[in-house]
Amino acid sequence: MFENMETVYLWVVLAPLVGSVVAGLFGWLIGRAGAHWVTIIGVGVSFFLSLVVFKHIVIDGAPAYDGTVYTWMVAGGLPIEVGFLVDELTAMMMVVVTFVSWMVHIYTVGYMRDDPGYTRFFSYISLFTFSMLMLVMANNFLQLFFGWEAVGLVSYLLIGFWYKRESAIYANLKAFLVNRVGDFGFLLGIAAVLLYFGSLRYGEVFAGVEGVAAQTLSIWPGVEWPVITVICILLFIGAMGKSAQMPLHVWLPDSMEGPTPISALIHAATMVTAGIFMVARMSPLYEYSETALAVVMVIGATTALFMGLLGLVQTDIKRVIAYSTLSQLGYMTAALGASAYAAGIFHLMTHAFFKALLFLAAGSVIIALHHEQDMRKMGGLRRYMPITWITSLIGTLALIGAPGFAGFFSKDSIIEAIGHSSLGVAGYAYACVLIGVFVTALYSFRLYFLTFHGEPRMDEHTRDHVHESPWVVTGPLIALAVPSVGIGAWYVGEMVFGDFFGRAIFVLPEHDVLGKLAASFHGPWGMVQHAFFQPPVWLAAAGVVTAWYLYLVRPELPGAIAARAGALYRFMVNKYGFDDFNEAVFAGGGRGLGNLLWRIGDVRLIDGLAVNGSARVVGWLAGVVRHLQSGFLYHYAFAMIVGLVALVGWAVFWPVE
Amino acid sequence: MFADWPLLSLVVWLPILGGLVVLASGSDKSAVEAKVVALLFAIVTFLVSIPLFTEFEVGTAAMQFVERRPWIPGWNIYYHLGVDGISMPLILLTTFSTVLVIIAGWEVIRYRAAQYMAAFLFMEGLMNGVFAALDAALFYVFWEAMLIPMFIVIGIWGGPNRVYATIKFFLYTFLGSVFMLVALLYLYFQTGSFSILDFHAAKIGYLPQVLIFLAFLAAFAVKIPMWPVHTWLPDAHVEAPTGGSVILAAIMLKMGGYGFLRFSLPITPDASAALDWLVILLSLVAVVYIGFVALVQQDMKKLIAYSSIAHMGFVTLGLFVVYDIVQYNQAAGQPALAGAAIGVEGAVVQMISHGFISGALFLCVGVLYDRLHSRRIADYGGVVNTMPMFAAFMVLFAMANAGLPGTSGFVGEFMVILGSFRANFWYAFLAALTLIVGAAYTLWMVKRVIFGDVASDKVAALKDIGAREFLFLALLAVAVLALGVYPAPLVEVLDASVAQLLEQMTRSKL
Repeated sequence: MFENMETVYLWVVLAPLVGSVVAGLFGWLIGRAGAHWVTIIGVGVSFFLSLVVFKHIVIDGAPAYDGTVYTWMVAGGLPIEVGFLVDELTAMMMVVVTFVSWMVHIYTVGYMRDDPGYTRFFSYISLFTFSMLMLVMANNFLQLFFGWEAVGLVSYLLIGFWYKRESAIYANLKAFLVNRVGDFGFLLGIAAVLLYFGSLRYGEVFAGVEGVAAQTLSIWPGVEWPVITVICILLFIGAMGKSAQMPLHVWLPDSMEGPTPISALIHAATMVTAGIFMVARMSPLYEYSETALAVVMVIGATTALFMGLLGLVQTDIKRVIAYSTLSQLGYMTAALGASAYAAGIFHLMTHAFFKALLFLAAGSVIIALHHEQDMRKMGGLRRYMPITWITSLIGTLALIGAPGFAGFFSKDSIIEAIGHSSLGVAGYAYACVLIGVFVTALYSFRLYFLTFHGEPRMDEHTRDHVHESPWVVTGPLIALAVPSVGIGAWYVGEMVFGDFFGRAIFVLPEHDVLGKLAASFHGPWGMVQHAFFQPPVWLAAAGVVTAWYLYLVRPELPGAIAARAGALYRFMVNKYGFDDFNEAVFAGGGRGLGNLLWRIGDVRLIDGLAVNGSARVVGWLAGVVRHLQSGFLYHYAFAMIVGLVALVGWAVFWPVE
Repeated sequence: MFADWPLLSLVVWLPILGGLVVLASGSDKSAVEAKVVALLFAIVTFLVSIPLFTEFEVGTAAMQFVERRPWIPGWNIYYHLGVDGISMPLILLTTFSTVLVIIAGWEVIRYRAAQYMAAFLFMEGLMNGVFAALDAALFYVFWEAMLIPMFIVIGIWGGPNRVYATIKFFLYTFLGSVFMLVALLYLYFQTGSFSILDFHAAKIGYLPQVLIFLAFLAAFAVKIPMWPVHTWLPDAHVEAPTGGSVILAAIMLKMGGYGFLRFSLPITPDASAALDWLVILLSLVAVVYIGFVALVQQDMKKLIAYSSIAHMGFVTLGLFVVYDIVQYNQAAGQPALAGAAIGVEGAVVQMISHGFISGALFLCVGVLYDRLHSRRIADYGGVVNTMPMFAAFMVLFAMANAGLPGTSGFVGEFMVILGSFRANFWYAFLAALTLIVGAAYTLWMVKRVIFGDVASDKVAALKDIGAREFLFLALLAVAVLALGVYPAPLVEVLDASVAQLLEQMTRSKL
């Protein structure tokens, strides 16, 4: 049935694009139902074909596909193309992206039911699916960058979806600009790749690594840097923007201004993992720079711990999950730094399922409470929303890494890998990710208890109307809960400790921590048993118990602690001051510099002194000859005289040879 | 089938003839007829220009569609037209833009509409002449004559401060041009010919080269414009009617870039190599300094004008980094011109792309101005609520202006940044800052104008774009996206000509 895989690859990408264009341009014609059907079918086709690809590449073990779709341009003999690289890594990402996206499409039918921008919303999320697929399926840096920026565009459009809200349009501008800071580094990294490898195609670049590994370049006179390190760090700056690593994380919490399905799809499950995916894809480069790996690990581990801590002080349900996302992205990044790319990608996959689940469950709560997002006005919802409650509990257990759940296998692998890493910074990173386990359990169960347990704290009217969401909402919750439980045990052996990624991920023997750990891996059940003799599980359990004590047994305690902590608490509520700093230094500084250059440079000096000054001189000179000419012609004439004088002078001084 | 047609003469003289017809037929009473005639001439000229692309022979740098007749034999001046891969796309850009401008002025110009249309037709013919002329005297005639209709357009249909703007515009550009005239006359005396191709081949000593280079720089730097001779542009744009702004930004600025390509680099290669640091410095100032200035503008047209200057900085940067690339290649033991083409081709792609995008943005501002009679950002807010279709176009063009991949705005900047990285890390670093600054000034404007809640009763009363406005915005949107998704045809056309240019600009004439 699927003889020609090239056609399949093409339609994986095109189906959502067609859906998006039809819904976007002809939404007025086909109506709301038409718009959701065309996009749901489009992404559904894409998901189904992705499964076909997964079977073809992963299960049947077909060789990786690396081919050109069309030649974008040939500049000075250098071909720059649009093309696909489909290997195990791509196939897995395709399935994750299209599955989560499909679930979100269906969920949106319920969530956005009353929104006037219904068709526009479907057009955007299908466009996002297209862009993300272009990103993960790229076989070259140009297309990677295209997908990279295109998902940023859709993110911009969707954060500002409710464009009447000042907070939304502030957040989307901020998100785009912060991402552009990352893209700035990313683009320079691409330029460096082209310079030193002479190609933008992954295959050719990876083949040339050995040759470039010994080269250095000088950015400051007298300081020689290894080329690979510079390239990897520049590319990683891009990943820091897209995957929201400190200090470029500031846009992600604000992105919660977008509708909740978007928070699930873009700002938790797929787009924000682009940076993780990219570094894993570039593993043949990163392996040759321990400096870059150390940078990656430190940034990741720092983000994992310190962003998790901020989740403790948030009261908005979506923002807690947003900080949780930041923290989990930090785990993935730290894993990449430890050369445990497979573990990072595995966590990317499990996280995509359980975090999308948590967001969509939060969305279910939010609509049930008429768009209330403050957890202080929730409580006791388990009695009213049983499906949302149970699926949330599953998602939360997966997130904190409860043994047996999906998140356990991926996160435990990461922690073990960092513990065994030989990099000098691994000790710091290990401490961060270990403490992070406790923090994760604490904020996750704080959210869970505040929302579903205890006494209902909403007003009478709202409580009387609370009811479980319709099937288009609960269906995706159940569909996402299944992999949140099972995908970890099912795939950990193959993906993390086996040869799942085969040729797609490259690890030097001396960095191969997962290979070392594989020796002591005896199946998922063995891993669960082993875990009870390791700190993470007990740290997570301590976090759950602490949350239980603080928020159910002694609910007055958290406020008292916050009051006692005073300055520290305010520092955390202020998000460590990043936003204030950026607003003052970069936004304010940029405007100040612009005003300075404009009012002093352009208006005062160039126009005021030079131009109008010389205009006055010309005017005065023209006044002398005014009786000869009239109107504007005098300028012409005067200039002509100047020209002729100069010409004659020149001809005299440099005569014809 | 068009091989023996005088296509270039047609694209030059057909619109000028059209302009005469419109002038002769037009009074305010018969304005509709005059507009129809003008549109017909513009469309026919555009259709006539299409074979220049379809019949163009790629793979050769030789001039094509050449016409050559004696004009003033005593001075060895010829009526000599021809195009290569660099000038041909610029002619198409001109004929395309003129059609849009005629449509855009259809209902808006109520006062001397026939004269308005005629001015743009004259301008079209003269601008095509500039790009097609291979004789320096002919070139100079077109170059200067082109200013007159623009001067009239701003002076008659312009805003309240138009007199100051026209004088400034005229003085700047004319003073620059006079230096160029001197240089051209000097070259004539040296070679005995006005043929630009002869100038390319002429041997010239170092000091004369430097002086010629500086004379050309005076003309082209003003035109493109480069810091610090750029301040005429924001004023001219603010006062010009929408059509004038579109042509100014889309075509006239490109003449500066074209001048560097056709005159400075191939005629004075040694001086260009010696003074490349100056142009690169001014280009980077344009990208960074002007980017910050654009950020704080309160007038939409001024903002886009400054944005144009910043974008044109990429053109000059892409052209002049070649000399540093050659040095890098020599040090690295690679072929001298390896990786140099991408910057120069990026510069030309940027010129074409900026023609579409800046034209589109000025048309967008025009659409708003026609309704609210204000260009101040602060007078708007929440336009998307009342003009959703317009908002979609505006966001698209803003994204293109911010260099989003998939739009034409990305292609040229990407190529120039890739090229300049080879020359020097810091050139690429500073140029790439546009990713942040360019997005900041463009999208901040979009935020304040398009998004948000309805800001005032006036905004609440806005009507979305009609069919005529939809037409010209949609045509530009297609152009912006097509060039962004598939730039290969344009780059293919450029390739041979750029290769020859690289060879000329790096071969010493001493």
